[in-house]
Amino acid sequence: MLWAEEITQPMPNCDLLLANKSANIHLKEHLGKVLYVDFWASWCGPCVKSFVFLNQLNTELKPQGLEIIGINLDENFSEAQTFLDKYPANFTIATDQAQQCATAFNVKAMPSSYLIDKKGNIRHVHLGFRADEAAKINALIHQLLAE
Amino acid sequence: MLNHSPFITVINIIRNTTGYFLFFSSLLLSGCASVSPWQRGILAKPEMQLSTQPVQALFYEHAYGSREAASGSNAGSGGGCGCY
Repeated sequence: MLWAEEITQPMPNCDLLLANKSANIHLKEHLGKVLYVDFWASWCGPCVKSFVFLNQLNTELKPQGLEIIGINLDENFSEAQTFLDKYPANFTIATDQAQQCATAFNVKAMPSSYLIDKKGNIRHVHLGFRADEAAKINALIHQLLAE
Repeated sequence: MLNHSPFITVINIIRNTTGYFLFFSSLLLSGCASVSPWQRGILAKPEMQLSTQPVQALFYEHAYGSREAASGSNAGSGGGCGCY
Protein backbone atom coordinates (compact mmCIF):
# COMPACT_ATOMS: atom_id res chain seq x y z
CA MET A 1 0.00 0.00 0.00
CA LEU A 2 1.20 3.46 -0.81
CA TRP A 3 0.20 6.29 1.43
CA ALA A 4 1.64 9.75 1.70
CA GLU A 5 3.03 8.80 5.10
CA GLU A 6 4.98 5.89 3.70
CA ILE A 7 6.86 7.94 1.21
CA THR A 8 10.27 7.40 -0.32
CA GLN A 9 9.40 4.09 -1.86
CA PRO A 10 10.99 3.59 -5.24
CA MET A 11 8.46 4.01 -8.02
CA PRO A 12 7.47 0.94 -10.00
CA ASN A 13 8.39 0.92 -13.66
CA CYS A 14 5.61 1.18 -16.17
CA ASP A 15 5.53 0.59 -19.88
CA LEU A 16 3.09 3.02 -21.38
CA LEU A 17 1.89 3.89 -24.83
CA LEU A 18 1.80 7.54 -25.85
CA ALA A 19 -1.69 8.83 -26.54
CA ASN A 20 -0.92 9.34 -30.22
CA LYS A 21 0.31 5.72 -30.25
CA SER A 22 3.62 6.84 -31.75
CA ALA A 23 5.90 5.29 -29.15
CA ASN A 24 6.21 3.44 -25.90
CA ILE A 25 7.56 5.24 -22.88
CA HIS A 26 8.93 3.94 -19.60
CA LEU A 27 8.66 5.89 -16.38
CA LYS A 28 12.26 5.09 -15.46
CA GLU A 29 13.40 7.06 -18.53
CA HIS A 30 12.72 10.20 -16.57
CA LEU A 31 15.09 9.60 -13.67
CA GLY A 32 16.88 12.84 -12.92
CA LYS A 33 13.72 14.88 -13.36
CA VAL A 34 10.93 15.53 -10.93
CA LEU A 35 8.01 13.44 -12.15
CA TYR A 36 4.36 14.20 -11.66
CA VAL A 37 2.38 11.07 -12.51
CA ASP A 38 -1.33 11.68 -12.76
CA PHE A 39 -3.84 8.86 -13.25
CA TRP A 40 -6.99 10.10 -14.93
CA ALA A 41 -10.02 9.02 -16.93
CA SER A 42 -12.52 10.82 -19.13
CA TRP A 43 -15.44 9.95 -16.82
CA CYS A 44 -13.77 11.52 -13.80
CA GLY A 45 -15.14 14.97 -12.98
CA PRO A 46 -12.27 16.31 -10.86
CA CYS A 47 -9.85 15.31 -13.63
CA VAL A 48 -11.20 18.18 -15.73
CA LYS A 49 -10.16 20.65 -13.04
CA SER A 50 -6.80 19.01 -12.59
CA PHE A 51 -6.05 19.39 -16.30
CA VAL A 52 -6.25 23.18 -16.06
CA PHE A 53 -3.80 23.07 -13.16
CA LEU A 54 -1.46 20.60 -14.84
CA ASN A 55 -1.32 22.60 -18.07
CA GLN A 56 -0.36 25.67 -16.09
CA LEU A 57 2.19 23.71 -14.07
CA ASN A 58 3.74 22.31 -17.21
CA THR A 59 4.11 25.74 -18.76
CA GLU A 60 5.69 27.17 -15.62
CA LEU A 61 7.92 24.37 -14.45
CA LYS A 62 8.89 22.18 -17.40
CA PRO A 63 11.95 24.39 -18.08
CA GLN A 64 13.02 23.80 -14.49
CA GLY A 65 12.96 20.02 -14.85
CA LEU A 66 9.40 18.95 -14.08
CA GLU A 67 7.93 16.19 -16.24
CA ILE A 68 4.18 15.62 -16.09
CA ILE A 69 2.77 12.36 -17.35
CA GLY A 70 -0.98 11.92 -17.45
CA ILE A 71 -1.79 8.23 -17.52
CA ASN A 72 -5.19 7.51 -18.95
CA LEU A 73 -7.16 4.57 -17.59
CA ASP A 74 -10.24 4.65 -19.81
CA GLU A 75 -11.46 1.22 -20.81
CA ASN A 76 -12.22 2.62 -24.22
CA PHE A 77 -9.53 5.00 -25.45
CA SER A 78 -11.84 6.79 -27.90
CA GLU A 79 -13.59 8.32 -24.86
CA ALA A 80 -10.25 9.69 -23.69
CA GLN A 81 -9.68 11.11 -27.15
CA THR A 82 -13.00 12.97 -27.01
CA PHE A 83 -12.02 14.32 -23.58
CA LEU A 84 -8.65 15.48 -24.89
CA ASP A 85 -10.27 17.24 -27.85
CA LYS A 86 -12.41 19.16 -25.37
CA TYR A 87 -9.75 19.76 -22.74
CA PRO A 88 -6.39 19.78 -24.52
CA ALA A 89 -3.31 18.89 -22.50
CA ASN A 90 0.11 20.37 -23.14
CA PHE A 91 1.88 17.68 -21.10
CA THR A 92 2.62 14.05 -21.98
CA ILE A 93 -0.45 11.82 -22.16
CA ALA A 94 -0.01 8.08 -22.18
CA THR A 95 -2.29 5.09 -21.86
CA ASP A 96 -1.99 2.10 -19.62
CA GLN A 97 -4.16 -0.32 -21.53
CA ALA A 98 -3.03 -3.41 -19.65
CA GLN A 99 -3.74 -1.51 -16.39
CA GLN A 100 -0.36 -2.71 -15.25
CA CYS A 101 0.80 0.72 -14.13
CA ALA A 102 -2.34 1.45 -12.10
CA THR A 103 -1.97 -1.90 -10.38
CA ALA A 104 1.73 -1.35 -9.72
CA PHE A 105 1.06 2.07 -8.20
CA ASN A 106 -1.95 0.67 -6.34
CA VAL A 107 -4.17 3.56 -7.41
CA LYS A 108 -6.79 4.17 -4.73
CA ALA A 109 -8.92 6.90 -6.21
CA MET A 110 -9.51 8.84 -9.38
CA PRO A 111 -7.67 11.05 -9.98
CA SER A 112 -4.54 10.02 -8.12
CA SER A 113 -1.23 11.73 -8.49
CA TYR A 114 2.25 10.74 -7.42
CA LEU A 115 5.16 13.10 -6.99
CA ILE A 116 8.45 11.39 -7.69
CA ASP A 117 11.82 12.92 -6.91
CA LYS A 118 14.89 13.00 -9.13
CA LYS A 119 16.14 9.70 -7.70
CA GLY A 120 12.90 7.92 -8.60
CA ASN A 121 11.36 7.74 -5.14
CA ILE A 122 7.68 8.40 -4.56
CA ARG A 123 7.58 11.36 -2.21
CA HIS A 124 3.96 12.33 -2.18
CA VAL A 125 0.67 10.64 -3.02
CA HIS A 126 -2.31 12.83 -3.66
CA LEU A 127 -5.83 11.46 -3.94
CA GLY A 128 -8.42 13.43 -5.83
CA PHE A 129 -8.11 17.02 -6.90
CA ARG A 130 -9.59 20.22 -5.55
CA ALA A 131 -8.59 23.64 -6.79
CA ASP A 132 -7.63 24.79 -3.28
CA GLU A 133 -5.01 22.06 -3.04
CA ALA A 134 -3.06 23.44 -5.98
CA ALA A 135 -0.89 25.73 -3.86
CA LYS A 136 0.18 22.90 -1.58
CA ILE A 137 1.14 20.67 -4.52
CA ASN A 138 2.95 23.58 -6.11
CA ALA A 139 5.04 24.10 -2.98
CA LEU A 140 5.92 20.40 -2.82
CA ILE A 141 7.08 20.41 -6.43
CA HIS A 142 9.25 23.45 -5.85
CA GLN A 143 10.79 21.70 -2.87
CA LEU A 144 11.59 18.59 -4.95
CA LEU A 145 12.97 20.68 -7.81
CA ALA A 146 15.31 22.42 -5.40
CA GLU A 147 16.79 19.15 -4.07
CA MET B 1 -28.81 -59.27 -1.27
CA LEU B 2 -28.64 -56.61 -3.93
CA ASN B 3 -29.67 -53.84 -1.48
CA HIS B 4 -26.58 -54.32 0.60
CA SER B 5 -24.06 -54.30 -2.23
CA PRO B 6 -21.32 -51.64 -1.86
CA PHE B 7 -22.41 -50.14 -5.17
CA ILE B 8 -25.88 -49.34 -3.84
CA THR B 9 -24.37 -47.91 -0.66
CA VAL B 10 -22.26 -45.50 -2.67
CA ILE B 11 -25.28 -44.45 -4.72
CA ASN B 12 -27.22 -43.80 -1.52
CA ILE B 13 -24.44 -41.68 -0.05
CA ILE B 14 -24.29 -39.57 -3.20
CA ARG B 15 -28.07 -39.24 -3.23
CA ASN B 16 -28.14 -38.09 0.37
CA THR B 17 -25.30 -35.61 0.12
CA THR B 18 -25.90 -34.03 -3.30
CA GLY B 19 -28.42 -31.58 -1.91
CA TYR B 20 -26.02 -30.36 0.77
CA PHE B 21 -23.19 -30.21 -1.72
CA LEU B 22 -25.21 -28.07 -4.13
CA PHE B 23 -26.45 -25.83 -1.35
CA PHE B 24 -23.01 -25.13 0.09
CA SER B 25 -21.33 -24.71 -3.27
CA SER B 26 -24.03 -22.21 -4.30
CA LEU B 27 -22.91 -20.03 -1.39
CA LEU B 28 -19.60 -19.64 -3.15
CA LEU B 29 -21.30 -18.31 -6.26
CA SER B 30 -22.13 -14.91 -4.88
CA GLY B 31 -21.49 -13.13 -8.16
CA CYS B 32 -19.46 -10.38 -6.55
CA ALA B 33 -16.34 -8.98 -8.09
CA SER B 34 -14.09 -6.28 -6.75
CA VAL B 35 -13.90 -3.20 -8.96
CA SER B 36 -10.76 -1.12 -8.93
CA PRO B 37 -11.14 2.66 -8.76
CA TRP B 38 -10.00 2.94 -12.36
CA GLN B 39 -12.53 0.39 -13.63
CA ARG B 40 -15.58 2.45 -12.78
CA GLY B 41 -15.89 4.14 -16.14
CA ILE B 42 -18.80 2.09 -17.37
CA LEU B 43 -20.45 2.00 -13.93
CA ALA B 44 -20.30 5.79 -13.84
CA LYS B 45 -22.39 6.21 -16.98
CA PRO B 46 -25.85 7.72 -16.43
CA GLU B 47 -27.54 4.66 -17.95
CA MET B 48 -25.90 2.47 -15.31
CA GLN B 49 -27.47 4.32 -12.39
CA LEU B 50 -30.20 2.67 -10.33
CA SER B 51 -32.41 5.71 -10.77
CA THR B 52 -33.02 7.42 -14.09
CA GLN B 53 -34.06 10.62 -12.26
CA PRO B 54 -31.40 11.18 -9.61
CA VAL B 55 -32.54 14.67 -8.61
CA GLN B 56 -36.18 13.68 -8.33
CA ALA B 57 -35.22 10.55 -6.40
CA LEU B 58 -33.24 12.67 -3.98
CA PHE B 59 -36.23 14.94 -3.48
CA TYR B 60 -38.57 12.02 -2.83
CA GLU B 61 -36.07 10.53 -0.44
CA HIS B 62 -35.87 13.82 1.41
CA ALA B 63 -39.67 14.07 1.65
CA TYR B 64 -39.88 10.46 2.78
CA GLY B 65 -37.14 10.96 5.34
CA SER B 66 -38.76 14.07 6.83
CA ARG B 67 -42.25 12.56 6.96
CA GLU B 68 -41.10 9.37 8.55
CA ALA B 69 -38.68 11.26 10.77
CA ALA B 70 -36.29 8.61 9.69
CA SER B 71 -33.46 10.29 7.92
CA GLY B 72 -31.02 7.66 6.94
CA SER B 73 -33.74 5.11 6.50
CA ASN B 74 -32.65 4.72 2.93
CA ALA B 75 -29.24 3.78 1.75
CA GLY B 76 -26.96 6.76 1.27
CA SER B 77 -27.19 8.53 -2.03
CA GLY B 78 -24.28 8.54 -4.41
CA GLY B 79 -22.46 5.88 -6.32
CA GLY B 80 -21.16 6.36 -9.80
CA CYS B 81 -17.55 7.09 -10.44
CA GLY B 82 -16.49 7.31 -6.81
CA CYS B 83 -14.14 10.13 -7.67
CA TYR B 84 -12.51 12.05 -4.92
